Amino acid sequence: MWQELREELSPGGFELVTVALEVRGWQEAGRWIEAAAPGHPSLLDDQHLLTRLYGVVNVPAGIWIDEGGRMVRPPEPAFPRRSPLLDAEIPETVAPRLREVLLESRKLNADGRPYVDALRDWVRRGSESSFALSPEELRGRLAQRSPDACLAAAHFELAQHLQRSGRSEAAVPHFKAAHRLAPENWAYKRQAWSIVDRTQSPNDVYPTGWLEEVRASGAENYYPEPLR
Amino acid sequence: MIASSPDVSVAEFERHTGWELKPEGACRGDVCIPLARPAGDRLDLREVSRKLGMPLVEDREVGLWALGPAAGPAITDAKAPDFTLPEWRGGDFSLASLRGTKVLIVAWAPW
Repeated sequence: MWQELREELSPGGFELVTVALEVRGWQEAGRWIEAAAPGHPSLLDDQHLLTRLYGVVNVPAGIWIDEGGRMVRPPEPAFPRRSPLLDAEIPETVAPRLREVLLESRKLNADGRPYVDALRDWVRRGSESSFALSPEELRGRLAQRSPDACLAAAHFELAQHLQRSGRSEAAVPHFKAAHRLAPENWAYKRQAWSIVDRTQSPNDVYPTGWLEEVRASGAENYYPEPLR
Repeated sequence: MIASSPDVSVAEFERHTGWELKPEGACRGDVCIPLARPAGDRLDLREVSRKLGMPLVEDREVGLWALGPAAGPAITDAKAPDFTLPEWRGGDFSLASLRGTKVLIVAWAPW
């Protein structure tokens, strides 16, 4: 879907860059990219650099950058369309846990249509678009990293370093510390959970999974409303 | 920043953290914090952690240290931080190569 949008907007001077946040590297991210056969730059961020540099805390997240290299919208939830999860019929034969996950997913703010319309407006009108933030407006929207979030970042960096160097067990306490210190960072959680269990269900390593944590914090908070 | 000891080179510290040691101190963007440039071009991360407010984690079992960022905004101005990352078709790709074009970065994950 992003590719179709890219083809539509490219004549107006636009490029899409997708970045996969995946500590396990191309072995995990690659099959999705291969299936999509993208024409745009498709990058791998196995150290979650976008979290450190831009403050990305969940995916998918979109960041707008103008021709002069200036950010005009900070990281926010970005979908290329209304997520199919919101409307999908759930077959009767689906496993109970998956059913609960799909039902919870319906409560997420995952309708990308307003975002895509805003993107089109910006590509067409540039700085005249009301969706392009001024430097002052942008500064007001930028997330402030608390001391706990900074300590979480140190733990996560150590965790991903250990994971990538084959020391998965040693990585776990640092992943857990990052989760505890920065509970708002879903990327930290989802990355760690997925390494142990693709379904991100509770297990011996992580006693709570995606469903439990989303319910605890409220599905409406998982993806904050974009374009605010 | 990951290190096997708290003693690191200034160049390594600058490369990994984006801070630059100048005569007036350690500087990043518009912010400078007094920090004497050490003799011999080596830094003690424990002192850096104290002076710059960057958290330092030590894992003695694996023999590694991790220095986290300082509290405050991840970005201090509107200039989009540049980055270079591996590209699917091979080689590395730099965001700066797209200067002159509007860019949408979409961060995603297989999880």
